[in-house]
Amino acid sequence: MIKIENLTKSYGDLVAVKDISFTVSPGEVLGFLGPNGAGKSTTMKMIAGFLSPTEGQISVCGHNVESDSMAARQVIGYLPEGAPAYGEMTTSAFLRFIGELRGMDPARLDARITEVVRQLNLSKVLEQPIDTLSKGFKRRVGLAQAILHDPQVLILDEPTDGLDPNQKQEVRSLIQGMAKDKIIIISTHILEEVHAVCNRAIIISGGQLLADATPDALEARSRYHQAVTLVSPAAEQIAGTLKGVSDVSKVEVEGHQVTAFPKAGKQIFAQISTLITQHAWSVSEVQLERGRLDEVFRTITMQGGRS
Amino acid sequence: MSIVNTLVRRELSSYFATPVAYVFIVIFLVLAAAFTFQLGYFFERGQADLKPFFDFHPWMYLFLIPAVSMRLWAEERHTGSIELLLTLPVTLWQAVIGKFLAAWLFIGLALFLTFPIWITVNYLGDPDNGVIFASYIGSWLMGGGFLAIGSCVSAATRSQVVAFIISICLCFVMLLAGHRLVLDFVSAGLPQWLVDAIASISFITHFESISKGVVDFRDLLFFGLLIGVFLYATTVVIEMKKAD
Repeated sequence: MIKIENLTKSYGDLVAVKDISFTVSPGEVLGFLGPNGAGKSTTMKMIAGFLSPTEGQISVCGHNVESDSMAARQVIGYLPEGAPAYGEMTTSAFLRFIGELRGMDPARLDARITEVVRQLNLSKVLEQPIDTLSKGFKRRVGLAQAILHDPQVLILDEPTDGLDPNQKQEVRSLIQGMAKDKIIIISTHILEEVHAVCNRAIIISGGQLLADATPDALEARSRYHQAVTLVSPAAEQIAGTLKGVSDVSKVEVEGHQVTAFPKAGKQIFAQISTLITQHAWSVSEVQLERGRLDEVFRTITMQGGRS
Repeated sequence: MSIVNTLVRRELSSYFATPVAYVFIVIFLVLAAAFTFQLGYFFERGQADLKPFFDFHPWMYLFLIPAVSMRLWAEERHTGSIELLLTLPVTLWQAVIGKFLAAWLFIGLALFLTFPIWITVNYLGDPDNGVIFASYIGSWLMGGGFLAIGSCVSAATRSQVVAFIISICLCFVMLLAGHRLVLDFVSAGLPQWLVDAIASISFITHFESISKGVVDFRDLLFFGLLIGVFLYATTVVIEMKKAD
């Protein structure tokens, strides 16, 4: 359990994180979203114990991050932004070094190194200096380091940044595989990732917590939620008819694409599909929108920026 | 203790993983020999001691030790690995001491490798080996003082070049604090006790008294305190500049 109360971090006059409170329970994969400079990394650095909060409390598995810092660090695995490492070390020497600093006994360390090397496919680069590795391998070495001691809490700052689509997929399934009984906090600005791995999302902008919900609930805030999009050469004509449907609040046309937005709480898909058959429109595509996370993100963070 | 040990081993092996360590040691030995034989007239003096060898140590350290200390923290900050290191279950003190000790041992190794000159002087004459041993200890302690200053400067910047230059300047002031050049300059307006205080922080004064073979507790205390104070300052600077 991570408990964050009234967390504030300021640098002189600049307030980077402003009075944020939330708790995370085991089994939750929390996605931290926000524009660059929103305070995501600062918050994660404070949870990991790198920066001290100006005000407020953080407790990780019952250990206060400031007063009981060493115990808190033992239960946390942390991947800092950019996955820094000691470049002149080989992968295996680096992992061994991290394990020794974590006080792991030699037998367990050996077993865990074998395990994480298998999980992250690092066997090929085990004896190579980290400086000579590709970006994807460097990132995976950083992840290996974070999960080496099998921590209860994982804090990953942009874990898939710089990976190719296959590697992204591997890292995501790795995170999902570990998610069952752990607390995982990841920051990202890739919104599809939130859907892929997170079961909860927090949006931060300007240092303030603006939204805290499941990815589905966030999507439901989109104006596209339950909207219906059709693609047809007769877009204008269809739009005219759809405007007459009682539950439709608004219709937008963009080229051959027509989007009908429902009135609050109404479902319009069934009515529209009946209309399509009735009028025998030639429609090449019909889609019920779940909601667009990027649009919700923009709306929330722009409002936050203005206030 | 085992944490400091792990840190020291990692640091030392990283020196030798790149050519830096070998380049440093070779330059150190070549310079030491050049100074001793060319500028120190080791043979011409006809005396069985290592005075011409040790006399140049402060000046060699002035440039060579900042070259070792500049990377201590500036590199960690530059690559971001400081964030990794200081979120592991390692206290700031353990990290600062571990890095310092590794660098100090490295300087010790370079110093140790000058042993042929000790053998030479014993072959040629009959020197006072107690004095030479004390000089080696004094030299290593002085190296530690330079290194602690460099560690503190290195913590304040992410640029190794800046750390190098500022360390040289600071060490230069510390070296010459007891020299007429500095004392004449400050003695004009300052009370005598302050002039004495400035004179007493001079590295050369303390090093020379040790290398005369007089191992005075006050000289050891001086270097011990100096190292302690600057390592403490290192922790303060790191804490202050973490967010940058």
